[in-house]
Amino acid sequence: MKHLRAVNKKARRIEDLALQDVVALQGMAPPPPGLHVPMGCTFVFTPGWEVDSAGGAAGLCQPLERDIYDCYVDCYWPAQVPDHLNNYPDWASKCASAMSDWRSLDLVFP
Amino acid sequence: MTGTYRTGEFHAFTGAGRRFLYLVPSGGIFELDEAAGAVIDKVTHGEHSGGELVAHLVARGIGAEDAADVIEEMVQSRALVSGAPVLGVTHDPPADFPLQTLVLNLTNQCNLSCEYCYEFGEDKVATPEGKPKFMDFETAKTSVEFLLDKSRGRRSVHITFFGGETLMNFPLLKQVVGYGNEQAKAQSRTIDFSLTTNATLLTPAIIEFLSANRIGVTVSMDGPKDMHDKLRVFSNGKGSYDIIEPKVRALIQSHRTRPITARVTLTSGGTDVVRIFRHLKHDLGFHEVGFAPVTTSPDRLYAINDRGMDGVLEQFHALAAEYLEYALRGEMHGFSNVSDTLAELHQGISKSHPCGAGLGLVGVGPSGDIAPCHRFVDSDRHAMGHVSSGIDRGKQTDFLRRGNIDTKYDCHTCWARPVCAGGCHHEAFVRYGDTGHPNLHYCDWIRDWTDTCLGIYGAIAAERPEFLEYFAERKAA
Repeated sequence: MKHLRAVNKKARRIEDLALQDVVALQGMAPPPPGLHVPMGCTFVFTPGWEVDSAGGAAGLCQPLERDIYDCYVDCYWPAQVPDHLNNYPDWASKCASAMSDWRSLDLVFP
Repeated sequence: MTGTYRTGEFHAFTGAGRRFLYLVPSGGIFELDEAAGAVIDKVTHGEHSGGELVAHLVARGIGAEDAADVIEEMVQSRALVSGAPVLGVTHDPPADFPLQTLVLNLTNQCNLSCEYCYEFGEDKVATPEGKPKFMDFETAKTSVEFLLDKSRGRRSVHITFFGGETLMNFPLLKQVVGYGNEQAKAQSRTIDFSLTTNATLLTPAIIEFLSANRIGVTVSMDGPKDMHDKLRVFSNGKGSYDIIEPKVRALIQSHRTRPITARVTLTSGGTDVVRIFRHLKHDLGFHEVGFAPVTTSPDRLYAINDRGMDGVLEQFHALAAEYLEYALRGEMHGFSNVSDTLAELHQGISKSHPCGAGLGLVGVGPSGDIAPCHRFVDSDRHAMGHVSSGIDRGKQTDFLRRGNIDTKYDCHTCWARPVCAGGCHHEAFVRYGDTGHPNLHYCDWIRDWTDTCLGIYGAIAAERPEFLEYFAERKAA
């Protein structure tokens, strides 16, 4: 590096890494598929029901609003969202995208 | 170059008038040239596209190609970042992490009654009732074998003798040194020994033994007589200074094979750091003097309050400035707190855990019980196995998971976390009742101190880089 001078040992390792062939890095094996299998909250620790490492929700692997559908669509267990199979089939019909439209979710008075 | 760039995570500092970045969490230290500095200044005030940054540099008289190089280097080192935040992946340390250091508590008995003692004082975690007071040779032998067995792959390992007062069981210390050397030699390996003592029981014969066997010595001592005698007292309340002063002088004069270190506990009654340092380093002749504030709950009389701690830091700064003068002349100053931090900064370590406790280092009590470190020895709550049966992996994993920086959310926005990692497990337990709790009461001081040492590091790197060779080898527990 010309403009950043590596001073300590770790910096020299970063520099070495930067010098490595970028193409070689790109050729590395992709991560194995299927790391997150949506099988319901009792089988996997669903990403989203948590905060990220900074204590916020910005860095989660899926938007936090997506959580709504974890209980609503693919879960048979009575949860804190209306059940769409029998009683409230239209609960989310105005909400095309949870990220932007969550305010349009219907109010429900059981 | 597409998208916009913002500053990565780093702490910017200057040393000898030059600009540096301490990158977080990698721990890399880079010096900036003028162009890189200009980019940092620009991006600090808001995100910019690559094109804007290049234009900014070109307007300052830098060639377009060169300007693009600047941006690329800064992206490679993560001084500049773009896109969504990248989260690091958490890893547990390998379960078979080889041991490096065993702290052997030869006895839990002590002939002093220092008020602030973490082993006997008001905040103690030890539960020694019904346990042996002195380690026997069988347990010590098993401990040595345990260390050699669990440190495979390491040519040299370390045993630190500890107490109680270590020298109250000197006969065993002698036996362990003999046995340890013999066992290590049979495996073409070496064991390096050291001990911590209050110096009250040193005799010429003991000093000769320590010197002949190259055993490193740390003396717990709190300064000149008036300060030392405040809390480092015998059970009748009488200070120990007059007893140890001639012994310490004899030790420093006769023990020439290893540096002799003083370890000072700072309390509310003794925060005159410069005076303590002058006395221990210049009057008594210790090679190195290290300071640590007493570990205590905040309401103890001897606890240092925030104001007192600010005073301590002020004096740390004075000594640190002196350290830099020495270093630039190529001389060792002897203020351990700077040397220790410089050593970590030079390696660029980025810690998953604040120290090696429970990982490369464990403590062993007189009974043979294993503890994460000497400060937890004899505590039922913290025991993790026995030297005869090995480390209890479940308890070890629990301890290490708690202490991992990944679980300390408070630390995730702090730039000093690569060196601090939340701080001492034992202090966290005393303060917050959980070894995995970040030590939030000293965050500001840690950042202040790390910044001071970075400044010194930068100045040395700029003006006398060969001095940093002292820190070339990594000391790790």
